[in-house]
Amino acid sequence: MDFNDTPEQAAYRDEVRAWLNANAEPRKDRPSVSRRLDAEEGLILAKKWQALKAEAGYACRHWPTAHGGQSRPMIETIIYDQEEANYDVPTGFFGIGLGMCGPIMAQYATEEQQARYIPPMIRGDEVWCQLFSEPAAGSDVAGLRTRCHRDGDDWVVNGQKVWTSGAHYSDWGILVARHDSSLPKHKGLTFFFIDMKSPGIEIKPIKQINGGSNFNEVFFTNVRVPDSQRLGAIGEGWQVAIATLMNERLAVGDAPPPDFREVMKLAAACELDGRSALEDSSVREKIADWYVEAMGMKHTKARTLTALSQGKVPGPENSIGKVVSASKLQNVSSFGADLMDMGGVITDPSLMPSSALFQQSFLYSPGLRIAGGTDEILRNIIAERVLGLPGEIRVDRDVPYNDIPTGN
Amino acid sequence: MNFDFSDAQKALKQQTRDFLRAACDTTVPRRVLEDADEPFARDLWQQIGANESPGIAVPEEYGGIGFGYLELCVVAEELGRAVAPVPFSSSVYLATEAVLLGGSEEQKQRLLPRLATGETIGTFALSEGPGLATPANMQATLRGGTLSGTKMPVPDGDIADFCVVVARDGDGVSLALVDLDGSGVSREQVETLDPSRSHARITFDGAEAEPLGEAGQGWALKDRVFDRAAVLFAMEQLGGADACLQMAIGYAKGRYAFGRPIGSFQAIKHKLADIYIKNELARANCYYGAWALSTDAPELPVAAAAARVGATQAFHFASKENIQTHGGIGFTWESDCHLYYRRSKLLALSIGSERVWKDRLISGLEQQEAA
Repeated sequence: MDFNDTPEQAAYRDEVRAWLNANAEPRKDRPSVSRRLDAEEGLILAKKWQALKAEAGYACRHWPTAHGGQSRPMIETIIYDQEEANYDVPTGFFGIGLGMCGPIMAQYATEEQQARYIPPMIRGDEVWCQLFSEPAAGSDVAGLRTRCHRDGDDWVVNGQKVWTSGAHYSDWGILVARHDSSLPKHKGLTFFFIDMKSPGIEIKPIKQINGGSNFNEVFFTNVRVPDSQRLGAIGEGWQVAIATLMNERLAVGDAPPPDFREVMKLAAACELDGRSALEDSSVREKIADWYVEAMGMKHTKARTLTALSQGKVPGPENSIGKVVSASKLQNVSSFGADLMDMGGVITDPSLMPSSALFQQSFLYSPGLRIAGGTDEILRNIIAERVLGLPGEIRVDRDVPYNDIPTGN
Repeated sequence: MNFDFSDAQKALKQQTRDFLRAACDTTVPRRVLEDADEPFARDLWQQIGANESPGIAVPEEYGGIGFGYLELCVVAEELGRAVAPVPFSSSVYLATEAVLLGGSEEQKQRLLPRLATGETIGTFALSEGPGLATPANMQATLRGGTLSGTKMPVPDGDIADFCVVVARDGDGVSLALVDLDGSGVSREQVETLDPSRSHARITFDGAEAEPLGEAGQGWALKDRVFDRAAVLFAMEQLGGADACLQMAIGYAKGRYAFGRPIGSFQAIKHKLADIYIKNELARANCYYGAWALSTDAPELPVAAAAARVGATQAFHFASKENIQTHGGIGFTWESDCHLYYRRSKLLALSIGSERVWKDRLISGLEQQEAA
């Protein structure tokens, strides 16, 4: 066992650090630039940053040269991400595109389409979104209702998507729609990529608990999509969707703050019964719990990285990440506010420790337990795919979609 | 980055698992649990000694194999998985480590070769009854080379040959070696939550005591021994937690209710997923602790505490939810569930409770912060 880079990896890490030092500011104890700015300003900065990164060869480094990558080992991308996490750089706009849309285009699009769409995606010139979830199809996404029918060389799409991150600033999107409602639910789906500026698309932001709007509702009214933008065969939409989700980026960075570090700092500064809150045993026990969880996650990632750097496929241990980190964030945030006692309800950053980071994440964290697979669905996945427990008995699998009860 | 055991270490782990599967299925801890006259599985201990497992991390110059602590860690995990009813933790993680850390050259030469083969069983005595032992409330006292006072529960205290005792010594605390067969020592078994591992109440009445380590520095030496032992106890706890998960999965797949395997119900799935999550987090912390132990890294105190806390929580959770998954049958004496449930609490309280280790963890972080 050792935690050192190989000499080659160490040299690469030094190179990355030097480049980041020359081009970015180290992260400070305050909300990151992406959280300080509104989406419009943030996007402008993020596009600049992504272009700079791509220019220097650090964007999607493990992707094939033919697609605009550098054909380097995955571990170099991870080293870059680890180092970048120490800097306050504008991110959060390209994750869906580069994490899911790019890889699925590389798998299913024609060579010409790949050459046209992937390089601008890497440079951040074009932003992509993912149109899967619907009002009546959340965890059960295969139950989606958005319809498509063939009309000449085009398909015509009608329906509604929801929870679409970044739809309002996206140029392109990937979409699953139902072409045949008389088939069982998984068999009547077809997959496309579409121009988000197409006539008939209407985008409405969703206002979240925390007041922000990271997601949208997207309405389709007779939107035309060329058949050449179909990915996979007609009726193969579910398989393509699953392949897309399998590409979700390996989470190698630390979970977003606040974590034990921030609570510890806060506790050291807060007074409780006439002494530092950090001397209180109930406070110490809680921080210890979060430290153990945080280090458990960190070292679990180290196990994943070990597998990757040996050219192996990471084991199932990687599946626990979001379940642990989302709840932890919610609990840490809540506890941080508690430490401020009656004053803990104030959200004005200028009046609060860590610029109200604890209060902001208190309102933000419930979403993390739902987005990208709810805690419950992720536990099902762990139980079925990792532990080998039998699947839920399904009442809808082999029934024509039209005949499935819908309720509310 | 290579955060994994080597192929040779993995092979040792598999070999140990195969050996224990044959030599120590659950009938063995059950036998010791049920038979008051058999304080530990002597036959199994002899085989473990013949394999020289107790000497795996003891340097060759002292009669050990001289492999290292990663090797000892993989063996510990398997002993935990097997709920092995042997004095391995007392003799190896505590007594052997105390001699290695605090012993003079002469003491090492004299004691380690027989500890390494299991011919001598050592143990470690700190607690004096219910309540947290501290330097301030310690009653056992060293005076003029003799020890007086009472220690309980002393793990394997009824069967061990010698004991490392923590005792008051003038204004400070010192460690001393006491021959448990010598005069001035009386011992009797005390009943505990886990009778598959025997414990004793030992009364010292002017027993001959040989200093171990520097006089007055015993508490700090005890802390160093416990930091190292914490990683090894955590590995045992991890093995036990994984055994509970596997047992619960097996039962949930085979037990039918309402016309389907109970493992197809989300209430059971989520419970078992939660066990898995806690176990994986504990495993990652344990591996890091193992690395810190094997390299004597400055991170050891914090890494050991994190491994200890994570593994204590994981084994406790896994052992209680394993019973719950089994339903009524899990509450019977006949089911093996209670072997793990008992052992989880025993290991959780050996070398100090979760609360103590959490405090030690935060103190370690504060020191890192200040440095």
